[in-house]
Amino acid sequence: MTTTETPMMTLVEATRLALDDALAADPSVLLLGEDIADDEGGGVLHVTKGLSARHGTGRVRSTPISEQAIMGAAVGAAIAGMRPVAEIMLMNFVAVCMDQLFNHAAKLRFMSGGQTAVPLTVRTVTGAGAGFGAQHSDMLEAWLAHAPGLKVVIPSSPADAYGLLSSCISDDDPCVFVEHTLLYYGGAAGPAPERGSRIPLGQANVVRTGGDVTLIAYGKPVIEAVGVADTLGREGIGVEVIDLRTVSPWDETTVLESVARTRRAVIAHEAVRRFGVGAEIAARIHEELHDTLAAPVGRVGSAFCPVPFAMPMEYRYLYSAEAIEAAVRATLRA
Amino acid sequence: MTDHLRLYEIMATIRAADDKLASIVMSGQAMLMLYSPRGHEAIAAGVTHDLTPDDYVVTTYRGLHDHIAKGVPLPELFAEILGRATGTCKGKGGSMHITHPASGLMVTTGIVGGGLPVANGLALASALRGDGRVTVCSFGDGASNIGAFHEALNLASLWSLPVVFVCQNNGYAEHTAYAKGTAVERIADRAPAYRMRGVTIDGRDPVAVQEAASEAIAAARSGLGPTLLEALTWRLGGHYVGADFSYMAAEEMEAARAADPVPAYRARLLAEGRLSEEDLAAADKRAGDAVEVAMEFALASPFADPDEILVDVYAAGAPG
Repeated sequence: MTTTETPMMTLVEATRLALDDALAADPSVLLLGEDIADDEGGGVLHVTKGLSARHGTGRVRSTPISEQAIMGAAVGAAIAGMRPVAEIMLMNFVAVCMDQLFNHAAKLRFMSGGQTAVPLTVRTVTGAGAGFGAQHSDMLEAWLAHAPGLKVVIPSSPADAYGLLSSCISDDDPCVFVEHTLLYYGGAAGPAPERGSRIPLGQANVVRTGGDVTLIAYGKPVIEAVGVADTLGREGIGVEVIDLRTVSPWDETTVLESVARTRRAVIAHEAVRRFGVGAEIAARIHEELHDTLAAPVGRVGSAFCPVPFAMPMEYRYLYSAEAIEAAVRATLRA
Repeated sequence: MTDHLRLYEIMATIRAADDKLASIVMSGQAMLMLYSPRGHEAIAAGVTHDLTPDDYVVTTYRGLHDHIAKGVPLPELFAEILGRATGTCKGKGGSMHITHPASGLMVTTGIVGGGLPVANGLALASALRGDGRVTVCSFGDGASNIGAFHEALNLASLWSLPVVFVCQNNGYAEHTAYAKGTAVERIADRAPAYRMRGVTIDGRDPVAVQEAASEAIAAARSGLGPTLLEALTWRLGGHYVGADFSYMAAEEMEAARAADPVPAYRARLLAEGRLSEEDLAAADKRAGDAVEVAMEFALASPFADPDEILVDVYAAGAPG
């Protein structure tokens, strides 16, 4: 075994650490969700394990399976000045409480003329590739990014998860923080975050610099994007990889500045391609840089079907590193 | 102690405000949807009698009476209803989304049943802080058939939250008569399913409402958890101002109008010798004058500025 200078941490550990630090730092922070307290196992995926023991079941509250009640309680507590973090166990269950999220959390600041802020964070997990089928796997960020008033944040590494979640909790707007099931455990461990670090919302991270094509991603596809950049780098092709980190509001400045230089762009996400976040980004790039572009903007996403169960079908459904690489090469041929 | 003059004056103000707004809409001076609380005046006056300004209220699009009774200032309230820059919400909310935290009016929702889960959150914040506040959540009989009602009642009881759920049962869920949409005889019958106190009262009698609400508020404030109050009344008009209501039984409407809670309470106060005609006339005049002054303010105010549409989307405005 080799030893490394930076300790490693999983996404579960980094997420738990951000929650733990927020609970310790601010008495108005409150966690709500199904099974999140230690009596119920500290969450079905154990993200909140130990937190109720440290901070009490008053502030780390297990709830019944009542997503509307969970989200509504978080909205009400937020307009009363608390900083609730509501866990919606899986992202598909957001559909159950969409009224509270879309009609209330997202709009109460605006509808009240700025009198009632909703400093609420929703944590949820999802992702295909683990055989969870059609109702436990969807990436639904486009639904939420389409709602004025919501912020949508999707981390690609443990350290980013810590810094971004910490920023969400202290943000004065409702934020939805989307974790990926396949990034949770050991295989996707990364350098541990610095305690107390914050990553500003709305700012992208240039993960790799390059001059030939801009590859934009967020969440898990950032990992494949970096792999593609490394592969093409060995052929002398410079791929600039931008991790959006925040899907809404997204960092148009960084993306447009990069594409203005590279004149080529590809967007990759796990959500189905049609009507996806990539369509909005591609449209903005075309609007701003049409005359500069050397090739049409490429888009990579998953197939337009419910997430299938059988493994070969699920892999056919999913975006892939190969699809990203092909899309990048296609823009280079144009 | 029941403050009869206060109860009456609030009811008279609500009625005068409703008359004024209806005349503004029906005369074409403003184009807006107005959900009249005609028939609900006694409920709002009675429920808010024992609340403090710090206590929270969540209500619905049919909420004018609740706004007035909780103390939302009339000039800003009318200005908001007319979409003026001086409105409580700077013209961004309108009558369905009146918010005025300074009066404790925290949310007015246009989504049937959407307010109950939010009320729990306000009450949870109070419970965690120990600030002694009570949250009152008003909604209609139709709201008791949506899932959010059931999730919210269960959670409020489970966590013994300081909240009072007030179902203003006016006999109609939009156009559907109560019995055609609700399987139980009384909404309050649903309370025991959540191990909650459930009480049905005459919502046209402000004193009965006040006494029942007082008990529920005291219970909530002392940590005994939530109550479901069902206040029975009758909607004295269509779903919204100007709407057809031929689907409502004519003879029942006639009887309901004969039992209109505002004149009925006035007559009762006189008959019981609690207030003199002079006292009541003075209250009527104060109510009428306040409404006139408020409407003059609203009509003289500028419309909300369209350049402001991206302000308040986020704390820092909105991306273009």
